[in-house]
Amino acid sequence: MAEAAEGEFDLKSLDDAELVEQVHDDMYNGLKAEVEEATHIFLARGWAPDKVLNDALVEGMRIVGIDFRDGILFVPEVLLAANAMKGGMAILRPLLADTGVEPIGKIVIGTVKGDIHDIGKNLVGMMLEGAGFEVIDLGINNAAEKYLAALEEHKPDFLGMSALLTTTMPYMKVVIDELKAKNLRDKYIVLVGGAPLNEEFGKAVGADAYCRDAAIAVETAKRLLAERRARLAAAH
Amino acid sequence: MDAPARQLVIACGALAHEVTALKRMNGWTTLDVACLPPELHNRPEKIAPAVREKIRENRGRYASIFVAYGDCGTGGALDAVLAEECVERIAGAHCYEFYAGPSAFAELADAEPGTFYLTDFLLRHFDRLVIEALGIDRHPELLPVYFGNYRRLVYLAQSPKPDAEAGARAAAARLGLECVVKQTGYGDLDTSLAAFAGRQRIPVWPA
Repeated sequence: MAEAAEGEFDLKSLDDAELVEQVHDDMYNGLKAEVEEATHIFLARGWAPDKVLNDALVEGMRIVGIDFRDGILFVPEVLLAANAMKGGMAILRPLLADTGVEPIGKIVIGTVKGDIHDIGKNLVGMMLEGAGFEVIDLGINNAAEKYLAALEEHKPDFLGMSALLTTTMPYMKVVIDELKAKNLRDKYIVLVGGAPLNEEFGKAVGADAYCRDAAIAVETAKRLLAERRARLAAAH
Repeated sequence: MDAPARQLVIACGALAHEVTALKRMNGWTTLDVACLPPELHNRPEKIAPAVREKIRENRGRYASIFVAYGDCGTGGALDAVLAEECVERIAGAHCYEFYAGPSAFAELADAEPGTFYLTDFLLRHFDRLVIEALGIDRHPELLPVYFGNYRRLVYLAQSPKPDAEAGARAAAARLGLECVVKQTGYGDLDTSLAAFAGRQRIPVWPA
């Protein structure tokens, strides 16, 4: 491999701790090629794929998420960081599959009928996948029938619904009411999210939780799944 | 003789041009307009607190206050604040809805959920508020991330300007979308402000 050009530095010259920090910086700056290169370097050094994922990529995106929440970063920067993370995940995904580690949970996710805004939903899906969940992404503009068919087919732990518009977010209640009508509501943990939503709205439509951002969606999913499994274990 | 009581409209900066135009055309001389920065739309959670602050700042100085905002992505937070402050706002989820009218807007949204809307304000500031604010000028690769699910741009025109339609078509082409132009006039913004001002509405374009 050619030596680093003048003015650049070779990522291979960094020790593990420095390289992790560098990946966080490169993700913050949306440098996809650098994140991909660092991912390869970690793997070549014998790091397990899940360690690369958690220590370098997921942690880097968590930092980006905090600064977005605090108004330091804006949407374009978050999208560029997400794109960089996607680059690293594309390298790791087949390796993670080869390890045979079971997903920690499964979620069916999609934006509701009438809503085509999927940036937030995509970030949540990526972070959940990074956290070890299997994500079935139904894409955009989903009618209740499509959600229900996917729940029946994939038998997930979670249903995740997203909406950006004040005019489309009430459709979440339509889907949840449909679940209730078919006596299916208790089979799934329902998470809702989107810019105009809040805790009150989540409760009003009958969701289990409202998730303000992608990092909180991951924390909430882990917590609710653990609680549900504990309840089921106690019941047996 | 007592001076007529003054009224205040607290408006989104994106409506400043239109609200002041309506004030001028209708001769609402007792009506003042105070605007908040349109950039608040990038952080909708800040709209309700900012409106509350503006109401409290002005309450003692005006006989009545009206808010020219839609829900604007606050998810009901603005309405909660206005209920506490006993102030009304123009009905509707956002300015697209009150310009087009609720039923016409619902038809547009139902016909194509992947519709990106422009008003006169957004068209005037398209480069700054869309292209630059979304980072598309610096990172063209983000264009499909933002607009990949959109199919068309609908320009809701408030006032006829010769270059505006061409500008809307250029904006649509920049985003890779089909362009539809609808002359809406000021829609419910006009009628709501007229009701607030308590004056006979003078017909403005379009009739």
